Amino acid sequence: MGSAAASVVARGWGWRHHGRAGWAVRELDLRIEPGERVLLLGASGAGKSTLLHALAGVLGGDDEGEQIGQLLIDGAAAESARGSAGLVLQDPDSQVVLARVGDDVAFGCENLGVPRDEIWRRVRNALDAVGLALPLDHPTSELSGGQKQRLALAGVLAMRPGLLLLDEPTANLDPDGVIEVRDAVARVLRGTDATLVVVEHRVDVWWKVVDRVIVLAPGGGVLADGAPDDVLAAAGDALSAAGVWVPGHVPEAPARAREAGAGLLATEDLAVARVKGSVVREGITLTVDAGRCLAVTGPNGAGKSTLGLTLAGLLRPASGRVLAHGLSGGLAPDPISWKSRELLTRIGTVFQDPEHQFITGTVRNELAVGARTLGLSEIETARRIDPLMERLRLESLAEANPFTLSGGEKRRLSVATVLVTRPRLLVLDEPTFGQDARTWRELVAFLAELLEEGSGIVAVTHDRALVSVLADTEFRMSRRRLETESVVRP
Amino acid sequence: MSILTPTAGRQAIYRVNPVAKLAAAGIISVALVLSIDWASASVALALEAVLFLFAGLTPRQFFLRTAPIWIAAPLGAVTILLYGQASGRSHFTFLLVNVTDGSIELAIATLLRVLAIGLPAVVLFVTVDPTDLADGLAQVLRLPSRFVLGALAGLRLVALFLEDWRSLELARRARGVGDRGKLKRFAGQAFALLVLSIRRGSKLATAMEARGFGASNKRSWARESRLGARDLVLVLAASAIAGAAVTVSVATGNWNFIAGR
Repeated sequence: MGSAAASVVARGWGWRHHGRAGWAVRELDLRIEPGERVLLLGASGAGKSTLLHALAGVLGGDDEGEQIGQLLIDGAAAESARGSAGLVLQDPDSQVVLARVGDDVAFGCENLGVPRDEIWRRVRNALDAVGLALPLDHPTSELSGGQKQRLALAGVLAMRPGLLLLDEPTANLDPDGVIEVRDAVARVLRGTDATLVVVEHRVDVWWKVVDRVIVLAPGGGVLADGAPDDVLAAAGDALSAAGVWVPGHVPEAPARAREAGAGLLATEDLAVARVKGSVVREGITLTVDAGRCLAVTGPNGAGKSTLGLTLAGLLRPASGRVLAHGLSGGLAPDPISWKSRELLTRIGTVFQDPEHQFITGTVRNELAVGARTLGLSEIETARRIDPLMERLRLESLAEANPFTLSGGEKRRLSVATVLVTRPRLLVLDEPTFGQDARTWRELVAFLAELLEEGSGIVAVTHDRALVSVLADTEFRMSRRRLETESVVRP
Repeated sequence: MSILTPTAGRQAIYRVNPVAKLAAAGIISVALVLSIDWASASVALALEAVLFLFAGLTPRQFFLRTAPIWIAAPLGAVTILLYGQASGRSHFTFLLVNVTDGSIELAIATLLRVLAIGLPAVVLFVTVDPTDLADGLAQVLRLPSRFVLGALAGLRLVALFLEDWRSLELARRARGVGDRGKLKRFAGQAFALLVLSIRRGSKLATAMEARGFGASNKRSWARESRLGARDLVLVLAASAIAGAAVTVSVATGNWNFIAGR
């Protein structure tokens, strides 16, 4: 299936978002032949997403930004070629348009004015191609993240684009979801000759699927371009330093010397519930010590995040107890009984979605919130904030609005805000989710330092690399059972 | 159960076009708000009760969905009973309370009226699927598809907002600002939710645009929405109920035109 593959040509192309001083992309010259499968790489901020959005014709008009040079699909300006390029975005939740699977896939065809009989033929073909064997009236709200991304892919395929654009389609998925989507894309590509351009930090996922790699330079232009293995040989180190997950560049475990300290927190036959009354998991017994990292792992829906939030004193145990004798400092041992202010110096929680925890308009104020609540002086507040901003590369963003930061910057800020009040236990929910390799390395190194200083860490995570370099104990929550195991480092 | 999960079924009522349901509910409402009297409302209610048997809802579904109406109707009636326009013999007075022959009659009329307008509206709308309604509004009533489909897609985000709200609440406690006054906390959290929802909305808009939404070419429709015999029957039934109610009321001298009072 599919229409004729499209070619892409950029001639001195550049784009600057409205109100920004710097160009997101500039002086870009490249040519992609019809049918090529391209992986587009570059450091955060090199303009990969901007280029993809421009090709899909969704960058907006003159009021959204300024364009120079030419960007052509099959010789026509990209912004006028809407429908010839199909774009799948990063966030599974914000791409579902309609309530039923079939209707959602049909949406793009309807917009292109495809006749009704032809639409439903295409819908069934597209669902087959991505391997979603569901009834057409299946509710889209009941799909997993990986299924939602495959649905989005099907919706794009049904439009029969000559150019398929994927913008970090697996960044928000758990490991099973990543493989599921990658395999669906590979299968789709065998059945079409459409041109593919995919943007992704995790190179190994796409290595076998693409036949060409283009690396954008942060300052503008192209850094490297060629067959995957050639590019890796020529620019592997530079790519790794720039934050790309390059195969063969395995992250090293930071050295740690400190012995385990006193017990901070323990649970007694704990049962956890996200919403009152519906218990997700019961019979949980675990301990967290000072200077040690406990990783909580398991498939989606096993109750990992709910456990994390319960340990953090944010959710009330459904039954059993969380006893934080090592943290209470004169208060009752149950964290849920502490005041919000009393949590600040005892347990710090970093949420999976950093946007949920931002409460002010600038990065500096965001960091100062906790210190002000504790009643610290301005001088002491600055003394605590400044080193953190420097350490986590946030100084130049002090006056920026937290919501306008990049994904990596948001994550670093959300970790920093928690550390200002120096809690002795950190609870992190998917701290490395969707992060590029550079932010990942920085976070791991920083967390290792905190462990050395005697903090305890609970990390809820899917990230095997994180478990292997940082965790001391792994608490595995499979659907059937719960087990605790020491992590042995190579 | 939410606004996004209408009860599903195969009975005739589910296959009626939502636009026809809208029209039927509208016809009954207009006829019944023109007069406040017990006769027109009780005739309408009696006829509707017969039709409810064919609506395809189980008794449990019926009373669960219409519960708000059953609560609102007596409350409205009691208010009218105690404070309604006094006329005729007075039975009980206390401060502003004055129960008279007139207010008793008005209260009964109000009770019946709220039921006669509210029950069919709820029964007709619990069987409407939002997607079908949007199809009807755009294809039958020719409302602009950009607005109709934009609203439909936005409706889906409501479920995400509930989840966001819970996370925001926990995050505020974690950030040390959970001890503030309830009102202040609520205001802050509501603003944060607004920011998040705008961001979600604009992401959804980009995804829709990427699939050709809002382009200038003519749109086709994967699901056809048109009016048929079944829809005509419903609208005629509603007209008959409205007509019978008004006729009986006028013939028995109970008609009490609202603008003529």
